[in-house]
Amino acid sequence: MAIGKKGDWVRIYRVILTPEERAPQVPEDTKKVSLEMWDKGFLLEDEADIGDEVEVETYIGRKVKGKLVEINPYYTHDYGKCITELLYIGRQTRDILKEETLND
Amino acid sequence: MTNRNSYEEVTKRKSEIMKKSVGLDYAEFESTGIGFDYEKMMKETGYSLKEVKQIQQDTGIGSTPLLELKNITKLARKLAPEGKGARIFVKDEASNPSGSYKARRAAVSVYNAKKLGYKGVIAATSGNYGAAVASQAAMLGLDCIIVQECYDSEGKGQPEIIEKARKCEAYGAEVLQLSVGPELFYQFLLLLEETGYFNASLYTPFGIAGIETLGYEIAEQMLARENKLPDVVIATNAGGGNLTGTARGLLKAGADDVKIYGASVNLKGLHMASDKQFNKKSFTTGHTGFGIPFATWPDRSDVPRSAARALRYMDRYVTLNQGEVFYTTEVLAQLEGMERGPAGNVSLAAAISIAQELDEDKIIVVQETEYTGAGKHIQPQLTFAKENGIDVKVGNPEEEVPGESIILPEHPRMIKARDLDLDKLRKSYVKNCIKNTGIENPSQEDMEFLAVDTKTNTEFIEKVLKEIQGGLN
Repeated sequence: MAIGKKGDWVRIYRVILTPEERAPQVPEDTKKVSLEMWDKGFLLEDEADIGDEVEVETYIGRKVKGKLVEINPYYTHDYGKCITELLYIGRQTRDILKEETLND
Repeated sequence: MTNRNSYEEVTKRKSEIMKKSVGLDYAEFESTGIGFDYEKMMKETGYSLKEVKQIQQDTGIGSTPLLELKNITKLARKLAPEGKGARIFVKDEASNPSGSYKARRAAVSVYNAKKLGYKGVIAATSGNYGAAVASQAAMLGLDCIIVQECYDSEGKGQPEIIEKARKCEAYGAEVLQLSVGPELFYQFLLLLEETGYFNASLYTPFGIAGIETLGYEIAEQMLARENKLPDVVIATNAGGGNLTGTARGLLKAGADDVKIYGASVNLKGLHMASDKQFNKKSFTTGHTGFGIPFATWPDRSDVPRSAARALRYMDRYVTLNQGEVFYTTEVLAQLEGMERGPAGNVSLAAAISIAQELDEDKIIVVQETEYTGAGKHIQPQLTFAKENGIDVKVGNPEEEVPGESIILPEHPRMIKARDLDLDKLRKSYVKNCIKNTGIENPSQEDMEFLAVDTKTNTEFIEKVLKEIQGGLN
């Protein structure tokens, strides 16, 4: 059973340039891989599965084709992990401000 | 049969697409030689500084607070020889509607696009500028597309860039995300052609005119508050627009004697278009990977002639290491109660060091801050660095190797603004002018242009040309 339905907010993927089509000036490692694109929009097909070639209408109304990769895409970026290496900075600089020096 | 949409074919149509999408014919400013009429181009926006100020006021941009960082000044004085330690102020640009000074930069472009009847705007940017254009477009009722360079070939993206995508979408923009590569520009041209939207490039005269109000406000606010102008203004430098616009605004306020310093994060050795190195850096802007190439060849941008010309205004150019800027970001939060940056804090890190060279009665203005949020913060950026194999540690920042380590200074006295040789950069710019135009014997007019464009004189240019010609023979 297809999991995506018409009107669903989805993320699509497409290769823009294959390694052979890439610009001559790109570095060797970049030239080995494709130039890829991701975009989002409302699904125009009646139904579709992840991996299907689909067409979407983007938020501003453009029609774009690509492979369906996600339905109801959402963000997961966050405030990261505890970086213990940073913990000394506040205490250290506050202590320096408290120090009596000739400059005071 | 040639494919009309191949990389080569689209690139050939560049100037035709640009002309339609910026509404400016750059040929009007060209001369036959190396130079072009920069001031004529800047006037071509058709907006005076007063009008720009009005346009920005109407969308809640500008008049941001100028704050004295008393505790950071005190810290710098503790580290400085007796009698040294200039006062450090910051222009809190994070209080603009989209969270950075880039709102100023977007304002005139979007206003102009609407006035000329364009239905939408497009900008190619992974940074705060995208959010700024999207925010302005939302206010003025235009459609907006932002094109981002976001992921490496494994689909891993910088948390800071992903946050920018989220912010653009929050303002109703379409965000097209791409993997690493300079062909982003190709996709950008295709989109301009398809939609007929306005190219809200970072580098048009509109963008730079929008930043002039920032420099102007610094002069006005400082005079009102201290009854004198600052001695030094430090701008974080990448594409050169921030520094150029601010300097021009200061000049328009009559602040001719204020020294303009640029500051960038040192990312020496990392190739900006490399798929493998893309996620080895922990700063996506404000770094030497943009700062040096754009200073020494500004016309590499997405318009035929860039209005951002850092060497034209810069008195000194310093670099800081990544660890020093992360440290400074933490200090700003801990001592001043302001969570900002990190990228915008490059100039603040520079100020901590430079303040120690100057007498206590001198004034340094750090001319921007930027918003902080999920992904765009020292914790997620350092988490990401660790996940990409970067060694994050406390030690001597001198030993930091971009792409391999981030070294937080053991002590704030280790924060050092390291000078780049400006004359060397100027020479490199002149060399690029000759290489890219093929003109080996510049005319007197060209020499004068090069002198102004490098903030030097014709004697300096003559000397440089002799050296270059000597090297060629």
